[in-house]
Amino acid sequence: MSSDILIEARGIHAYYGASHILHGVDFTIRRGETIGLMGRNGMGKTTLLKSMLGLLPPREGNVLVRGSDMTRAAPYRVARAGIAYVPEGRGIFPNLSVRENLIMAARAGRDGRNDWTLDLVLATFPRLRERLKHGGQQLSGGEQQMLTIARALLTNPDLLILDEATEGLAPLVAQEIWRILHRIRQTGISSIIVDKNLSAVSAISDRNVVLVKGQVVFEGDSDSLRAQPDSLRSWLGV
Amino acid sequence: MDPTIFLIQLLNGVQYGLLLFLVASGLTLIFGIMGVINLAHGSFYMVGAYLAWSLTQALGSFWLALAAGIVLSVVLGMLLEWLFIRHLYRRDHLQQVLLTYGLILVFSELRSILWGDDVHGVAVPAMLSGSIALTETLAYPVYRFWLSAICVLLAGLMYYLIQHTRLGMMIRAGATNREMTQSLGIDIGLLYRFVFAFGVALAAFAGMIAAPVSSVFPGMGNQVLILCFVVVVIGGLGSVKGALAAALLIGLIDTFGKVVEFELAGFQVLPELAGMSVFVMMAIVLLWRPEGLFSRRLR
Repeated sequence: MSSDILIEARGIHAYYGASHILHGVDFTIRRGETIGLMGRNGMGKTTLLKSMLGLLPPREGNVLVRGSDMTRAAPYRVARAGIAYVPEGRGIFPNLSVRENLIMAARAGRDGRNDWTLDLVLATFPRLRERLKHGGQQLSGGEQQMLTIARALLTNPDLLILDEATEGLAPLVAQEIWRILHRIRQTGISSIIVDKNLSAVSAISDRNVVLVKGQVVFEGDSDSLRAQPDSLRSWLGV
Repeated sequence: MDPTIFLIQLLNGVQYGLLLFLVASGLTLIFGIMGVINLAHGSFYMVGAYLAWSLTQALGSFWLALAAGIVLSVVLGMLLEWLFIRHLYRRDHLQQVLLTYGLILVFSELRSILWGDDVHGVAVPAMLSGSIALTETLAYPVYRFWLSAICVLLAGLMYYLIQHTRLGMMIRAGATNREMTQSLGIDIGLLYRFVFAFGVALAAFAGMIAAPVSSVFPGMGNQVLILCFVVVVIGGLGSVKGALAAALLIGLIDTFGKVVEFELAGFQVLPELAGMSVFVMMAIVLLWRPEGLFSRRLR
C-alpha cells in the first residue's frame, strides 16, 4: 500500500516570516486519488501546498515524496519526482508565446511515459491552438488557466496540484475547466484541487481535507462532508 | 570629410561598437535575468586581454590562446557564480555593488601579481595580418574585418539561443518568474550559473580578440566598464537588443567624435570634447526615454 503513496506530509509546521501558519498538519495523497483541499482564505491551503512543493520548506515535520524525504529538496527536484503545480494567479510567463510556455518544460514522465504530447494537449484545449503564437500576456483569464494546466500536463506528472482552479473565471469558462479536470482524473493522474466552489470540488474528489487555522478539522469523502452542513458553515462559511 | 576616410571611420566605429556589445550584452543579461548589477564585468574583459597576451606567449599561437582562454573564462565564471554571485540574487543592489566592486580590486591585484603592471601588445595572427585595399592609398586591416564578423556571428548566435531554443525559453521564463520555473522541474541554480559563466566568457572573449588591435593595459577593464554601463543604460536595462543598438551608437559617436571638427560660437567643440560625447548622448537619451531605448524584458 505504501508504494502507492505519492506524497506524505507529517506534522507540518510552517511559517510566513514570524507568523505560524500550519500547526502540525498531516496530509497524504495516493496514486489515482483526487483530493479537495478546502478552507477559508488564510487558513493555510496555499502554505500546505508550497511546503509540499519545496517552495516553502516547513520548519518542523517531513514531506515524503514516494517514500523518500524531500522536506528541504529544491522545488525542481520535487517537480522532477512527477509533481506539477498550477499556482494561484497561474504563473504563466508573459514574455513567452503560448507555444513557448507549453514546450519550455515539456518532458517525459518519471517512468519515461509520454502520454501528454503537444498534439494531445492542443486537442484537449483547442482554444490554445488558435493562440499558439500569441504572447502569454495577451490571453484571457480562462485561456491563461488552460495554458497553465496544459503546461503542467506536458511534464507528464503523476500528481497535479491546482491552487484556486477557477478563481476569477466566468461561469462558462469555469465549467469547461471542471470538465477538463474530470477528463484528467480519468487518465489516472492524481490531483489536489483547491477551489471555492464546494459542489464542483466535492463532485470530483475522492476525499476532502478541510483546514481551519492551520489544522486539519475534517478528512473524508464528499458524502460525509455534505452530511455536516452546520460544520461546513463554520469551516467554510457556506 | 573624404569618403574613404569616412568609410574607414565608419568601419572602426562599427567594429568598436560590436566589441562593446559583446561585453555589454553579458552585463545586461546578468542584470535582466538574475537582477545582479555586476561591477566586476569590466575586469573579465581585462582578464581576457591579459590571458590572450600570456597564453599566446606560453602556447605560441593566438588561436590556441583563444581556445584555452575561452575554457578558462567559463571555468572562472562558474567558480565566481558558485563562490559569490549566487548569494546576491535575493539581496539588494547595494550589497551587489559592494561585493562586485570588491571583486574589481581583487582582480586588479591578482593581475598585478600574476602579470605585472606593464602595458603589452599582442601580435595580429599571421593568417589575418594582411590588409584589404579600399583605394589606391588606403587599406583596412583584415583582422578588424574578422573581429567584426565574429562579433556579428556571436550576436546572431545569442539571439538564436535566447529566442529559439528551449534553453533560451527557460532563461526568459526564469527572468520573469523564478518560482514557477523551478516548479516546472528546471534547476534554476544551474541555469543561472550557466548564464553568468556565459556572460563572463563573452566579456573575456571580447578582451582576447581586442588585444591585437588595442594595447593590453591595467586600466582597460574600468574603461570598458563605464562605457558598458552607458550602453546598458541607453539600451534599456536587461535588453540584449537594446544593448546592440546602443553599443553601435556609442561606437560610432565615440569614433566620429574624435575625427569630426565641429565649432560652436568660436569654440572648438569637437574633437576637443570628444571624451564627453558618449555621456552627452546618454544624458539626451535619458531625458527623452528614461527607461532606455528598449524596454527591460528579453524580447
